[in-house]
Formats: sequence, C-alpha cells, structure tokens
Amino acid sequence: MTDAPKRTPLYDLHVELGGKIVDFAGWEMPVQYPMGIMGEHKHCREKAALFDVSHMGQVILRGENVGEKLEGLCPQAYATLKEGKARYGFFTNAEGGIMDDLIVSNAGDHFFVVVNAALRHQDIPHMKANLDGVEVTEIFDRALVAVQGPKAEDVVGELCPAAREMKFMETIVADIAGVECRISRLGYTGEDGYEISIPEDKAIEVSRAFLAHDDCEPAGLGARDSLRLEAGLCLYGNDIDQSTSPIEASLSWAIQKRRKEEGGFPGAERVQRELAQGAARKLVGIKPEGRAPARTGVEVQCTEGNAIGEITSGVFGPTFGGPVAMGYVSAGHGEPGEKVNLIIRGKPQAAEIVSLPFVQQNYKR
Amino acid sequence: MSTYYSEDHEWITVEGDTATIGITQHAADQLGDVVFVEMKEPDDEFEKGDDIGVIESVKAASEIYAPLDGVIVEANEALADNPGALNESPEGDSWIYKIKLSDSSQLEDLMDADGYKALIG
Repeated sequence: MTDAPKRTPLYDLHVELGGKIVDFAGWEMPVQYPMGIMGEHKHCREKAALFDVSHMGQVILRGENVGEKLEGLCPQAYATLKEGKARYGFFTNAEGGIMDDLIVSNAGDHFFVVVNAALRHQDIPHMKANLDGVEVTEIFDRALVAVQGPKAEDVVGELCPAAREMKFMETIVADIAGVECRISRLGYTGEDGYEISIPEDKAIEVSRAFLAHDDCEPAGLGARDSLRLEAGLCLYGNDIDQSTSPIEASLSWAIQKRRKEEGGFPGAERVQRELAQGAARKLVGIKPEGRAPARTGVEVQCTEGNAIGEITSGVFGPTFGGPVAMGYVSAGHGEPGEKVNLIIRGKPQAAEIVSLPFVQQNYKR
Repeated sequence: MSTYYSEDHEWITVEGDTATIGITQHAADQLGDVVFVEMKEPDDEFEKGDDIGVIESVKAASEIYAPLDGVIVEANEALADNPGALNESPEGDSWIYKIKLSDSSQLEDLMDADGYKALIG
C-alpha cells in the first residue's frame, strides 16, 4: 500500500469548491466542503447533494448467461434480473462471510457492476477467476457521481427528462448536457436519487451542470457516512466483512427466495442453517440515550453488565438529531426496545435497541 | 492577563494563579461541527498531558489534553447543552475550563500568539 494516493476525474473540482481532502482507501477524496458535514447531510435530506463516488470500481461483464454465472459467486437472483434493472448484492466466501457488497445492473448486452473502492483489487481477480467465459473489464476512464435527495429528480431531470420517468433500481443510458451517461436510480443515502457514470473528460462539466441547480450542493464522504447510517445501510469494513454472514448482518432481505431455498452460492450451508436456526449474533440499530456518540469498537452490555456485543458504526445523526449506531449483539438479545449499556470511555451509557432505519427511506418506488 | 497556546491547539489565558482554557479557532475549524463535549468535574486534579475531556464532531472523537498541571475550578456547562457553540466562539464565550494552576513555571513551555500562528502556518 505504498502507492501514491489516486485522484478521481473530479479532484480539481473538489479543490476549487474548498473540499477538505483526505486519504480514503488510497484515494484523495473530499471528506467535507465549507458547508460542513452537518449542513451537507441536512441539505441532502431536504434538497439535493452531489457526491463523487468515482473511487468505487466500475466493471463491465460480457458473455453468455452472465447473470446465471454471477449466481455462483453471489446469493442474489441475478439470472432473473431483468434488463434495465439493478440489484444490491454481495460476494460470499466459502464460509458464508461477505467478501464485498455491490450493485449489479443488467444493461442488456452486458452487466454493469459497482464494487467498493478498497476491494477492487480483490473483486476483479475474483470475478476473472470464477466467471467462466465472461469477459471482465474494469473501467478506468469513467467517473461515478451520486445526486441524492428529494430534489434529485429535478436536478437530473432538468438536464435529462428521461431520468424523471425512472423508478428505484432502474438503469438507462441517456444524454446529460450532451454527454452520454449511464444513469441508475439508486444510491446509498436512504434518499431518492441517481448514480451516474460519466466519461472522465466530461465529469467536471456534467457535475457543474448539476451544481448549477439552486437546490444542489456538493457533499463529501463525511455526510455520505452519516446519511447511510441513519438510513440503516451497512458499510463494508465496518458493519460487514469476511467473518459476518448476510443473516448476521440482517441482510436476509437482499437474498431472493429461490436462492435461499436452492443455495448454490459460496457458504450457502451456513446461510441456510442460520436462516433455519438463527444466527449467533445479529446486526441491530442502537440508539444512545444521551448526547455522546458511540463509535466503532464500543462494547455493548446487557443491563446485568455482561458483554453482549460491539458497536460497528456510530455517528451523530444530523437529521435524527442525536447519536445513532449499529452493532452486533448475541442471540437472545436485539429485540427493539431492549435496554442496553454502551461502555464509552470506561463508563456505561444507557442505550436502546431500535429497529432500522433511524430515518425513513424515501425511494421512488 | 496574557494568552498562551499549546501544540494541541488550546489557548490558556492567565490571571494570577488561575487560567481559562479553550480550543483555538483553528482547532474548531479542523474538528468541524461539534455535537458533544464531555468535561471533568470541578475539583478534579490533573497533570500536563492528561486527558481532561472529549470533543465529538459528527464523525470523530478528539481528546482534550491538559496543557499544564492544575485543578478544575469550573467547567463551561453551557457547552453540554449547546456543543455547537464551540464552533461559533471557541476563543470567546465557549471556553472549556477555568482552572487553578499548580505550577505556573510550566507556562514557559507554551507558545505565544506568534509562535502558534507559525505552528498552524
């Protein structure tokens, strides 16, 4: 990991907009702009925000029966994913742990996959080695931006009327400001919005066109993290990793019925066993009662004082108006309403198990 | 009355053997939106370098390190109710502690305003 940090096609724009640049997974990314995390977060929930997510890996899969072949690596029903549709999923390992989470889109003559920045080096060889007869091409010449928020439809729709007609988890190719882009109606903030793949030499131009809208402001990785946590969405490396199963991570909803029944993906035995018998631990929402945020690694205790788990993500939720967290608790715990203690700097702080999300998701169904 | 600065981005204003401690504007800007301040109680005794409180922003927690030895006389309770005030006036109303100095010779190790300006560039 001695490589110099990489820059996305939007780097110069981040600097121009006053972005505070940090190293994230080997990329120089804006953690916030002058508006600040709190302001950017609220702006996204109330209007619209533009995020650079070009550090994520964009991959094209071409070949016969790509969807069926992906089912050999993922517990999702990709064989039946219709053209023009996207679906959240994950690669599992032989032990049923999660190798990475991803979005797979059926783009008609190919499949389009987006994976986490930090795991590009793992996922691309993984697909190349295991998708027989599929041409796996990582795209290096396109940016990826997310426009998220209740006004996202106006921001993108003014430049691309076809985007207004799209529903949640649909994907199209269309022109934005004269540039051909892949537009997908999805995101990771809990809000309505789009992720847009743009040729790198036009990325700043298209981004400026979005920002020219009165309701659209740039937002950094800080707001992206607090938004996804309020929306109850997992962050790979924090809430899910190679050791956590999808059932433990409360991601059962992301495995379609046929796959649960038939198995046929790495680690299916564990996933099916946990579906039938329950998992040893479970990812839950945790609401600290005071103002002190509970960060990653904080111990969760039952009211009798025994350790029952650990916080995996914790921030102050700007829209929620207080600290919010997710963490694992052992079987027999984790019902919404259960009182627990969080050991923050050596002192127990009262908290409650709550159902996720903290802030209602606002998708365009 | 004179003001000193620490390498941990605190300011210390001294009057006789008492002092007021806070964080600098630069520190507040670096932290971003402050959402929680945890402070020690009056009469708590501490030594230079001790962790005497925590400032939490949306994303991260940062310790407050004691810039010298002393005893807490008063903690700024207004920050408990309105932590965001620390972003508004970190070098004014939003001081953190009033303390009694144990060893005023330690002030010699701290920076003056020019020294601090040079530190933060």
